[in-house]
Amino acid sequence: MSLLDLVIFLPLIGFLALLLVPRGAPGMSRTAALGISLVIFLVSLGLLGPYWFAQPTGYTFSTDIPWISTPTIRYHVGLDGLSLWLILLTTLLTPICIVISWKYIQNRVKEYFAFLLLLEFGLIGVFVALDLFLFYVFWEITLVPMYFLIGIWGHDRRIYAAVKFFLYTMAGSVLMLAAMIYLYNRSGSFDFTIIQSMIQTGRLSLSWEEQILLFLAFFIAFAIKVPLFPLHTWLPDAHVEAPTAGSVMLASVMLKMGCYGLIRFCLPLFPNAARSCSGWINALAITGIIYGALVAMVQPNMKKLVAYSSVSHLGFVVLGIFSFTQQGMDGAVYQMLNHGISTGGLFIMVGYLYERRHSLEIKSFGGVATPAPNLSTVFLITTLASIGLPLLNNFIGEFLVLQGAATVNFSWTVFAAIGVILSAVYMLWMYQRVIYGRATEDLAHHMPDLSGREWAAMLPLLVLMVWMGSFSQSFLPPISAQTAKILEQSKVGVDFRVSVKNPAPVLSSAVENKETGSAAR
Amino acid sequence: MPLANFIPTADDYLRYLPEIILTVVGVVIMFLEAVGGERRKPALGWLAGAGLLAAIWGSVVALGVGGTGFQNMVIVDGFATFFRILVLVIGLLTIVSSTQYLDREKANAGEFHALLLFSIAGQCVMASANELIMVFIGLEISSIASYILAGYLRDDRRNNESALKYFLLGSFATAFLLYGVAWVYGLTGSTNLAEVRRVLMTPESAPNLVLMGTAAALMFVGFAFKVSAAPFQVWAPDVYQGAPAPVSAFMSTGPKAAAFAVFLRVFITAFGPIATRWEPFVWGSAIATMIVGNFAALTQTNIKRLLAYSSIAHAGYVLVAVTAHSEIGTAAAMFYLAAYAFMQIGAFAVVTWFSRQGEKFVNVDDLAGLGERQPMVAAMLTIFLLSLIGVPLTGGFFGKFYIFRAALDSNLVWLTVIGLLNSAVAAYYYLRLIVVMYMKEPGAATENIGPVSAGLRVAILGSALATLVLGIFPSLVLDFAGRSAALVK
Repeated sequence: MSLLDLVIFLPLIGFLALLLVPRGAPGMSRTAALGISLVIFLVSLGLLGPYWFAQPTGYTFSTDIPWISTPTIRYHVGLDGLSLWLILLTTLLTPICIVISWKYIQNRVKEYFAFLLLLEFGLIGVFVALDLFLFYVFWEITLVPMYFLIGIWGHDRRIYAAVKFFLYTMAGSVLMLAAMIYLYNRSGSFDFTIIQSMIQTGRLSLSWEEQILLFLAFFIAFAIKVPLFPLHTWLPDAHVEAPTAGSVMLASVMLKMGCYGLIRFCLPLFPNAARSCSGWINALAITGIIYGALVAMVQPNMKKLVAYSSVSHLGFVVLGIFSFTQQGMDGAVYQMLNHGISTGGLFIMVGYLYERRHSLEIKSFGGVATPAPNLSTVFLITTLASIGLPLLNNFIGEFLVLQGAATVNFSWTVFAAIGVILSAVYMLWMYQRVIYGRATEDLAHHMPDLSGREWAAMLPLLVLMVWMGSFSQSFLPPISAQTAKILEQSKVGVDFRVSVKNPAPVLSSAVENKETGSAAR
Repeated sequence: MPLANFIPTADDYLRYLPEIILTVVGVVIMFLEAVGGERRKPALGWLAGAGLLAAIWGSVVALGVGGTGFQNMVIVDGFATFFRILVLVIGLLTIVSSTQYLDREKANAGEFHALLLFSIAGQCVMASANELIMVFIGLEISSIASYILAGYLRDDRRNNESALKYFLLGSFATAFLLYGVAWVYGLTGSTNLAEVRRVLMTPESAPNLVLMGTAAALMFVGFAFKVSAAPFQVWAPDVYQGAPAPVSAFMSTGPKAAAFAVFLRVFITAFGPIATRWEPFVWGSAIATMIVGNFAALTQTNIKRLLAYSSIAHAGYVLVAVTAHSEIGTAAAMFYLAAYAFMQIGAFAVVTWFSRQGEKFVNVDDLAGLGERQPMVAAMLTIFLLSLIGVPLTGGFFGKFYIFRAALDSNLVWLTVIGLLNSAVAAYYYLRLIVVMYMKEPGAATENIGPVSAGLRVAILGSALATLVLGIFPSLVLDFAGRSAALVK
């Protein structure tokens, strides 16, 4: 039993322990949940060990034991540079989410915190599962607590949003399940590392049609989660209706499940299909960037604005992944973390404002700066981080993505950069309308400044925004090591297809031309 | 042949032990019911439970001396034992979940338990039938007892409607089946499954394929009625809605499992050689069943009716496994029927408790606020519903996973895709129940509910535990199913 197993199962143990807390003791549930989640965070810091000075090539902390005998399904988990930061992000945000819900959640307190821990269990599992079946299990587990978080503790249209969220994700993931079973029947294993090496060495050769269909089955499941335009329609509803902590977990970590899946599974398993589809996928990503930004601009509701800004930001991640360049991939992964921190922060700030005014409408605010200067400052830093101001975190990620995309197709960069500009427009415009201006009597009366608890929740995020923006080298090496490997794996497939048997010569030559073209440039 | 050959050996009796035990205990209960006083009645339930436990032991003993018995009329193999034990466990759960109901409706009588045992005995006969005549006999024993059970509350109008519908349509179905048996006998000269298979395999003696296809089709009609497969599913919602809740739970699991057992055995053993001919029909029926069940369930407001349509849909998933007609397909069907039995009985047990006297509260909206007022029961019902949806770590998920794996293994790609999309549609109506329980303002129907009786508590907790165990450690059952799935030796 490795440290990683401990990090995976502690939240589940916490979930079960919380269920045993008596119903009449909400204070006890809160304290217990916070205690457990802090312990998990501290334990998870231990995962940094192997990555501190060197970059291990394989998976660290891996455990591989049989679970189900027929068909062979193993509990196979392992950590690498790709999952490392995502896990730390999850374990960091869970206690933060518990802190911000401390006062807001007054009804069915125990269940609420229990579901947060169950969600953490599922999320951590998704990022470390190396068996496709196990991955699917964790993937689906995350649905249940989030469904309840939105449906029970959400706002007015919560039921609609919760059911939509569940069905959307379910519809996408059943096709992924079919693809996984198909892969199993062809390869005889659910183990990702085995299937991947079989594909790489050519021991498992899939026909062109198989590759495309399997790729699409995985891709659609992940694209719904990312969410990639035009599959994003569940996201604004879910975000707006969820309680603050739900929005934070949803935006910061759950959307990353989709991005993570694209990098971890889609590229190494179906390199040829991924490369030949990259054209229209990037077109969709760029459409999402601009569309999300334009829609965000006209939103009267703050949460909806931040939700659409997520659609826009996640477009960058997809663009970075499907640029198939080192910088693009690094930027994409970095941007996943950045988005987790800055958008998580934005949702928390919007939540603070909501708790004071019980409204999410921009027009019911204005002049917040006078009664609540600290809140305004923190909100400003978070806003600037989200826009991508240099020295704050988003700048690094967006820059890398744009740079990577530029080496492949410069027009992509041009269009995507429009999204960066638009993000400044809608964020600053919202900030201006909410924070500046003259405060009404009523608002000033109901707008206390940040409390100690509220500071405590935001402070780690603020530190990270500056740290990740100024010293990206503390975070990038494990990511780069892993993305380089995945990039290599996704190239091997192309060589293999060109050299061995080639059912689609037109497409492959297009890819090759692009490759040589970019190299020449 | 000398007469001595027809005298059963001691082993023959052992192979038939579960059926013997059930019949004897059933008759004893009938007798005690007549002579015993009013006060003895609760004891009859205990006796029936003990009989079922003894029959489970008997099934294990019978497997110990496995093989064919009574001149090849019955066969005791892993497959038969699996289904015997499954229907016996279903019977046990039905008995514990019906005690409160029978007291409530003032109908606690020995007949109920005796009929239940007879019905289960019929299902055990079906599970171990090696002969078309035995199939028919088992089916009749099981059906006749359940016709009566469906109308057990004889003063209740809905009960009567349910029983009459079940009886009329069920008799039609059995007639079709019997007609099919006659055709098979006429074409192949035998009713023994292995013999029919041998005749079909030999090119010289193989009968005309059109006639043989007609025979198989007639039998398919009979089985499709019993498992509520489209287009012969229309009776199920009315019958399940009208029958007493514990009986609906029983009818939608026990007879269905047994009917699938004979369906699999007949079609894979006897009609195996013409599998390519019947496969398209079962394929079409599977798709139609899933679609009809799921889409009709979307608009239901009565929980029992909703569960009835969902039970049709689940029969569709099992038909997918039948369509695969492979060993893993058979194993998948076996596992699924077991997982399905627990979640369905569990859900019905909650309905039994919740509906109260006269089944007043059976609407979906009545559940409003159950999550707040009765968190434990609501949590259990949630587990059953999540399992019916097919969320990982529940038996329902692994069952579906295994079925679609078998289907893909047999290259049924479209069937798999349609089936999986169907299960996404199904999520909607199960979620509606969860929504009402947890996310709606508590309503009048959840106020002042009496406690869950000890028997129901055993049924609900036991089913929930089984559902989770089958989801987390499926190997416990799956390995046995996998070993027993080889029907053709």
